Amino acid sequence: MEMKPLTRVMLGLVCLLVAIWLVAPTLVVVPMSFNENKSLAFPPQGFSWQWYENFVTNPDWSNSFLNSLKVASIVAVVATVLGTLAAFGLDRMKARPANLLRMLMLTPMVVPGVVLAIGIYAVYLDTRLVGTLLGFVLAHTILALPFVLIAVSANLEVFDKRLETAAASLGANALTTFRTVTLPLIAPGVMSGLLFAFATSFDEIVVSLFITNPYLKTLPVQIFASITRDADPTVAAVGTILLCATTLLIGGGMLLLGRERKGAS
Amino acid sequence: MSASEPTIPAAERRRAWRPFALALPALVLLLAVIGYPLLTIVVRSLSEPQWGLQNYVWFFSVPINLAVLQRTFVISAWVTLVCVVCAYPYAYLMTAVGPRVRLLLLLCVLIPFWVSGVVRTLSWVILLQDSGVINSILRSLGFGGVRLIRTQTGVVIGMAQVLLPFMILPLYSVMKGIDLKLVQAARSLGARPSRAFLTVYLPLSLPGVYAGAVIVFILALGFYITPALLGGPRSTMLSTLVQTQVLSLLQWGRGGAMGVVLLVTTFVLLALAAPVMRSRHRQAGRP
Repeated sequence: MEMKPLTRVMLGLVCLLVAIWLVAPTLVVVPMSFNENKSLAFPPQGFSWQWYENFVTNPDWSNSFLNSLKVASIVAVVATVLGTLAAFGLDRMKARPANLLRMLMLTPMVVPGVVLAIGIYAVYLDTRLVGTLLGFVLAHTILALPFVLIAVSANLEVFDKRLETAAASLGANALTTFRTVTLPLIAPGVMSGLLFAFATSFDEIVVSLFITNPYLKTLPVQIFASITRDADPTVAAVGTILLCATTLLIGGGMLLLGRERKGAS
Repeated sequence: MSASEPTIPAAERRRAWRPFALALPALVLLLAVIGYPLLTIVVRSLSEPQWGLQNYVWFFSVPINLAVLQRTFVISAWVTLVCVVCAYPYAYLMTAVGPRVRLLLLLCVLIPFWVSGVVRTLSWVILLQDSGVINSILRSLGFGGVRLIRTQTGVVIGMAQVLLPFMILPLYSVMKGIDLKLVQAARSLGARPSRAFLTVYLPLSLPGVYAGAVIVFILALGFYITPALLGGPRSTMLSTLVQTQVLSLLQWGRGGAMGVVLLVTTFVLLALAAPVMRSRHRQAGRP
């Protein structure tokens, strides 16, 4: 579509503002994390590493971080296995039941967080799962499952099933076919499902806020509690660490992906 | 799919249970951790303190509940509007630029997805608070401070930023498929650029606006963390009210009834939107 020069400049300007609005706000945690005073007021005063120190030494923070890592790692594995199996099942079903089941399995994405949270909390109170590792893993797995299902299904849609038939005709049994033909070909989908599942669990807050107790807190719960309780710059330090970690992970992943593409072509 | 494969009916019948067996573990977990809890909430909303519709009658007869319900819809509508207005030019630009700039624009959309949601809300607290970035900039420019945190405006700003990617991505996927030759045809027939845009391009992009708006509105209705941290007592949304009833007042029946209202609203909106979205898919699938 052709545009007048003025329209073009306006469009560029609006988009620049939107891009800044999307990206910039998060970066504000970086300067705040080096604040010398125990305050989140802007501008920060002086320079100090004390909040990073506090994150490592204060058991409230370090334990919640380790809990989150533990829960998210288990959830990533469980959700990926269950999600991949389900994606396979749905892929090989007739269209009608497959669509119905797929819709059912995607419901965790649209059910309002608080409604789900009070429901799970009610059931956990009866079954004594509040504040337990199993409780967190179960709840997070179900929230992560849709992402695995979507990622793996997208990969299965472009997967050529004749390759499986070929492997089978050459004498491979179902398991060997899966291990040597199917799995390597859908590995990108499984991997991105794994990553999404980990991130979903590591970041989950609404349900976690309800099923947590003083003995088992995850990092988002600790961050939320800290923000509502006092102006502790440790949250800014944690935010900065998470920001760096995700940037490294995503950057590394993209570099790896780019190299693979280049190698393939 | 299976019609093209040569299969023996008997073997197929024997193998037909296999896909269901594969999906079974996920399905069982889904019913146990989503289905059963939601059922529990529905039952409790009808049975506590005694069986009947009293909790729903209470919800729809107390003015403050209705005010919060109305506010939840108003805030969600504002967020959706802000998202449409910001996402439309952005998604359009993504279709109009070269691959390098497009990748950059796409990265800007995806970055918020990768950054932890709680951390993003924390950033908004730092930005919007009275001693925050925006107010200190305003003061250094000689303006008076503005109250942003604990106001509806602050909640809308924060929520719209979190939800903007859900608007941009469906819009972009629809706009990508629009045949620009149609716009050229309108131009060659004498339409001015603005008229060609309004009568040709805009109607063709509406399915994307519709899909994005439904997703954003539904997600906004159930928002909890952002309003809880950025909002004040006068910008309470339904989710916070549910939490107060259950955790602070231990009124499971009333909290449950509110939750069911929120849940039913969400699914009614989804059901209303589904036929339109499905027809969009069919269109997109056509070569």
